[in-house]
Amino acid sequence: MTGMFASALTGFVWVALWHLVLTMTAILTMGAALPLALGPAALAGLVAGVFAGFQRPASSRNRRIAGIALIACLLFGFSLGAPFDPAGLLDVWQRVLLLVLASAAGWLSIEKTVGPATAGYMARYAAEEFYLRLLWGLGLMMFVLIVAVPFYVMVMTSLKSQQSLLINPLDLSIDYSLGVTRLLRSYIELFTDYGFMTLLINSAVVSVATVIITLLFSVPGAYAVAKLRFPGRQWLSGSVLLIYLIPAIILVIPLYAVFSQLGMRNSLFALCIVYPATTIPVAVYMLRGYFAGLPSDLDDAGLMDGLSRLQIITRIAMPLSMPAIASVALYVFMIAWNEFLFAFMFLDDVKLFTLSRGIVSLNSSEVPRQHLMAGAVIATAPVLFLFLWFERFLVSGLTAGSVKG
Amino acid sequence: MSRTSRSEFQGVLARREKRLAYLLLLPTFMLVLAIVLLPLVANFWISFKPVTLGDLRPPSLIIKEAARGTIAAPGDAFKIEYRFRNSSMKYPLAEASVRDTLPDGFTITALDPACDIISEAGARSIICTLGDLDAKARGKLVIEAVLRDPLKVSKDILKASKPETVFTAQNVMTSFDFTIENFEKVFSAAEFWNVLKTSIYYTVFGTAGALLFGLFAAQIMQKTFPGRSVIRGLLLFPYVAPVIAVAFSWVVLFDPFSGVVNAMLLQAGVAEGPINFFGQRKVDISVFGLTIEFPVALSMVILFEVWRYFPLSFLFILARMQSIPADIYEAAEMDGATPFQQFWFLSLPFIAGILAVLFLLRFIWTFNKFDDIFLLTGGNAGTRTLTVNVYEQAFAISNLGAGAAVAVVIFVFLLIFSIIFIRFSPKDAG
Repeated sequence: MTGMFASALTGFVWVALWHLVLTMTAILTMGAALPLALGPAALAGLVAGVFAGFQRPASSRNRRIAGIALIACLLFGFSLGAPFDPAGLLDVWQRVLLLVLASAAGWLSIEKTVGPATAGYMARYAAEEFYLRLLWGLGLMMFVLIVAVPFYVMVMTSLKSQQSLLINPLDLSIDYSLGVTRLLRSYIELFTDYGFMTLLINSAVVSVATVIITLLFSVPGAYAVAKLRFPGRQWLSGSVLLIYLIPAIILVIPLYAVFSQLGMRNSLFALCIVYPATTIPVAVYMLRGYFAGLPSDLDDAGLMDGLSRLQIITRIAMPLSMPAIASVALYVFMIAWNEFLFAFMFLDDVKLFTLSRGIVSLNSSEVPRQHLMAGAVIATAPVLFLFLWFERFLVSGLTAGSVKG
Repeated sequence: MSRTSRSEFQGVLARREKRLAYLLLLPTFMLVLAIVLLPLVANFWISFKPVTLGDLRPPSLIIKEAARGTIAAPGDAFKIEYRFRNSSMKYPLAEASVRDTLPDGFTITALDPACDIISEAGARSIICTLGDLDAKARGKLVIEAVLRDPLKVSKDILKASKPETVFTAQNVMTSFDFTIENFEKVFSAAEFWNVLKTSIYYTVFGTAGALLFGLFAAQIMQKTFPGRSVIRGLLLFPYVAPVIAVAFSWVVLFDPFSGVVNAMLLQAGVAEGPINFFGQRKVDISVFGLTIEFPVALSMVILFEVWRYFPLSFLFILARMQSIPADIYEAAEMDGATPFQQFWFLSLPFIAGILAVLFLLRFIWTFNKFDDIFLLTGGNAGTRTLTVNVYEQAFAISNLGAGAAVAVVIFVFLLIFSIIFIRFSPKDAG
């Protein structure tokens, strides 16, 4: 394979792809029904790729400007002067912006992918490096898109009105002229008509209670497994995670039956018992690893100074393992906040609904879609916020200790 | 200190440590026992019982009291009626009796043969023995009376004292009433094998897909580039966000009428009409004259599973890859290994352990997954897995016993997986 072929291929793929992505972005953000015509872009990219193949190796500013200009001209020319909207639906500045973005993104991608490769024959090493660079770029683009699009649609749909969604599902643009109250109407209605404040409070109460109970139970348990010698210790630390493999769906029928007969099924209290039982084993597993890493000399010193074991836990082990406890707490909070099955099965009373349970009841033909999506945003925002705030903690806690499904 | 006393002393310490350890673990153990292990056993119990959702309300004796006739002037004759019935449609009540306090101020002229009047501390009570009542049994007890003092007796006063009931009812959950009908029903249903097949497809492809995507994402994110930490955070979103939110986003995204994807496909001219991604069982695709039935909804559900759980695999694989020493790559570079060779012969063996563990864990968790499918399709359009079937049987058809029987099937599969998992899990994986 020659470098020329590689760079032509690169140009072909990237410019067509960027054209596609930008057209879709324009459709979704501006609400214009643009056609998806990739031919001119692919052709322009091919030529630009050949140009990139000749002009190397230095990536000077001039070359970059020349490349971007070349793609822009070619796109303009091949598409007969209307690279993005032949029907003329967009403003001039929007067309110019799209053209500049497509050219710049296309050229920079080509530059990055072609890299130091030369126009002549490529050895296996160089060829593989080239393929990896291409794959890397394409993969990155794909992952960002597949993750971002559903969330983007979720947020944007929640700001639309029922009619505009039905008239043009692709128009996810924000109409700022409506004003804040009209834009956020779904949210306001959820809080005023659907009692989302109660749902939020219920979810928060259950999640916080679950965190507290889990920590109260798992900290002493994990300390015992990590630091104390007793028969069955090995077996226990191995089997604690097996609990986690037992699916909730097997437990739900007996728990439903028993809690119903005891008359405490339809209560938040029931959830506050069930959730910790499922989170404690993981918490013990995660904390055990951290406690085991604390030097035993500290415990011994504490014992010599007359502390009881419980005091050692509260005054030595816990302050030293705050990062681990914080990550367990966050993790448990997320599990409890996101939990759906038990909340769905147990709660009948609208006043006791958690967010998960409440949003399911929004999924009906009588409730408009934007309300459902607004509910989804309300449920997602707190966890995503917590996650972004404490990401470092969580990621290290997750991978160091355990896994969750 | 002599040897024996010293070892005795150590023995005391060890015993104390042991006792403390058990004490610290006791709360955890009790809770897990009550909420996880006992229900697990109870599930087996229920799976052999003819229990429906309605049986959870225990049978009881229902009494309605009514006074008939006029109660106004002394000498008025009236009747007091107690209507009773067994609330259960299936189960008898044993040793049933009713007791009610009667006010003063009237004379009883005729008493139902089942009843007696007793006086205690100046208050009159009536006790009627009903004996054993069959399911749905009902009847009436009548007392005839003549009024003496209208101030002490009225319909309201009579009603004010609520009759007390005594009976022993069989609780279906605790009775020794067993059947294997549930299992017969589960296994003989034609759809059971389809459900099992769906479950296995879903699990295998979901797990493999999530793992491959995770591996790919980890390879991409291993390279340093501007904005990497932001993108790493973004890639974890599907895993962190509540299932309810992301599942419904997908439903809205792929909606046949107001969904973005369908509108986009129509716009691009790829599809002729709207595709009901989560509602269509299968579509015929002809490739070179061969017609293949492509399961649409099932593939979508698998795709969702991959999308939601690749971040987890990604995170673990990335963590493992970053712990690989850099110098082995330098050595490989010196020896002329190409990038693919480096991946194949260096990276892959290093992450093989974590891949194996992730595969088995994800396999089990995907097999156990309920929420995702339930929220996306409700188990329709060929996406009913075993877990959704548990819900279907137990709560939609309200046959708790059959649901528990399906849960037992799940548990057996799980046991097999776990044995494989323990047998083959690499020891160094973490």
